[in-house]
Amino acid sequence: MKLKKNVAISEAGLLFNPVTGESFSVNPIGIEILNLLREEKSGSQIHDIILEKYSTDKTTLEKDYNDFIGILSHNNLLESDEKAKA
Amino acid sequence: MSKIRYERPVIKKLETGMPNKFGTRTEYEPMTHIDGNAVKDLIKEYGSPLFVISEKTIRSTIRKAKKAFETRYPRVQFAWSYKTNYLNAICGIFHQEGSWAEVVSGFEYDKAISLGVDGKKIIFNGPEKSEADLTKAIKNDSLIHIDHLDELYTITELAEKLKRRPRVAIRVNMDTGVYPMWDRFGFNYENGQAMDAINKIMHQGKLDLVGLHCHIGTFMLAPSAYGVAASKLAELALTVEKKFKHEIKYIDMGGGFASKNTLKGSYLPGSDTNPTFDDFAEAISTALINSNFQQDKLPLLILETGRALIDEAGYLLGSVISNKRSSTGRRNTILDIGVNILFTSFWYDHKITPAQPFTHYTEDTCVYGPLCMNIDVIRESTSLPLLNKDDQVVIHNVGAYNMTQWMQFIALRPHVVLIDEKEKPHIIRLMETLDNMNSMEKVPVHLKKFEL
Repeated sequence: MKLKKNVAISEAGLLFNPVTGESFSVNPIGIEILNLLREEKSGSQIHDIILEKYSTDKTTLEKDYNDFIGILSHNNLLESDEKAKA
Repeated sequence: MSKIRYERPVIKKLETGMPNKFGTRTEYEPMTHIDGNAVKDLIKEYGSPLFVISEKTIRSTIRKAKKAFETRYPRVQFAWSYKTNYLNAICGIFHQEGSWAEVVSGFEYDKAISLGVDGKKIIFNGPEKSEADLTKAIKNDSLIHIDHLDELYTITELAEKLKRRPRVAIRVNMDTGVYPMWDRFGFNYENGQAMDAINKIMHQGKLDLVGLHCHIGTFMLAPSAYGVAASKLAELALTVEKKFKHEIKYIDMGGGFASKNTLKGSYLPGSDTNPTFDDFAEAISTALINSNFQQDKLPLLILETGRALIDEAGYLLGSVISNKRSSTGRRNTILDIGVNILFTSFWYDHKITPAQPFTHYTEDTCVYGPLCMNIDVIRESTSLPLLNKDDQVVIHNVGAYNMTQWMQFIALRPHVVLIDEKEKPHIIRLMETLDNMNSMEKVPVHLKKFEL
């Protein structure tokens, strides 16, 4: 799972995809996950980091993380698996 | 080291220059307390979902309405519209505030009598009144508002039989310039039906025509329509006085004042745009005072306002069952509140607020109820904070009609709690039980046993 390289993320929570021209607002924990994805952390590494830092449980995080990744994918913000491997 | 408060990650596409179908307002201001009672405590004590009614709000609203009319017109009487909310405790509050009872069925009539309302102070409306109902009302000297000629003849026959002179009014429908025109109830003004009915009553001489009644619509947003209606009823009353030397004692303007709810399809919220009691009072009082009534013979003005007096006092508390995504990626949130107990969600965009604090991040959300039915939609589109499973929400302005039109569909109807003026909660209607439901059913012996 990898965020597209050209996607720009601001600390204030704005995300810009120059390919489509679309902008998004993201909440702080979302930005944190995006940055971890950019660092090419794995899903389980991201889970561990978030669970260490935030007051939530594994099940809730897993559910919300999968939902978040699903929306990133829906908006074409993730590299496809083939490209990511290349 | 304490951990940071968790909020689920969210990403929202920004769309500029496009009208937002999810509305302009974002309801992320939490409502954590109702009249000093924490929402979470109320749900813990009485369960979820839960209807909560504020006695304080009811009393302040009826007082505001009375003030609006009494400062403009010398003789005003409110009558509580039972069909809007006939829980006994609620009726009790309105009667304590001086309201008479306005009922539209034999059941409601009996309810008012059982609560101790003087029969003379019950207004009996509606198209269906049985002979038994009418007999009761005539004996109690109630005010019977005649809806159609068959009823007029029945009352006349009963008057002869009972050797009484029933006090009656006729319901008049009319063109007040609003669409749709309500012409299914009562007698039409413009085509002369109303005057025909009056002629029949006056020539027969068996009934005492004491009033004229109208009810021009529901959730009316145009106070001027009430001005037109009041002028037409005043004209009719003055015609009766001139023609029969008979004084019409009261003019009953019915109900229909809009509450602060937002009708589906409205761009701006009802709380910002709907008329106030002062607007309605100004239109009605001006029309009556400017008519040709003699100053010392102004008729009593009766108002049967329901919705606008109770809607804001009612809250429906509930909990999030789950968050889902639709096939298009839209956020769907399922609450434990369905249209079976929130009937008014069919025509209002009810305001929904969380009962706990959130950040300002929101999602465009479709809010569903828990019923296994496609029609069970509480809000088709609203902007809500990032609710989690088991988070609690407050649905606003639910005091009118939901506790009379609710349906016992696949689940048991919840408790209704009244918070009194000293901020103490009381259950005023118990949650239904399976035994309640089964106690009304009978199973033939041959259907009692089965093998699977």
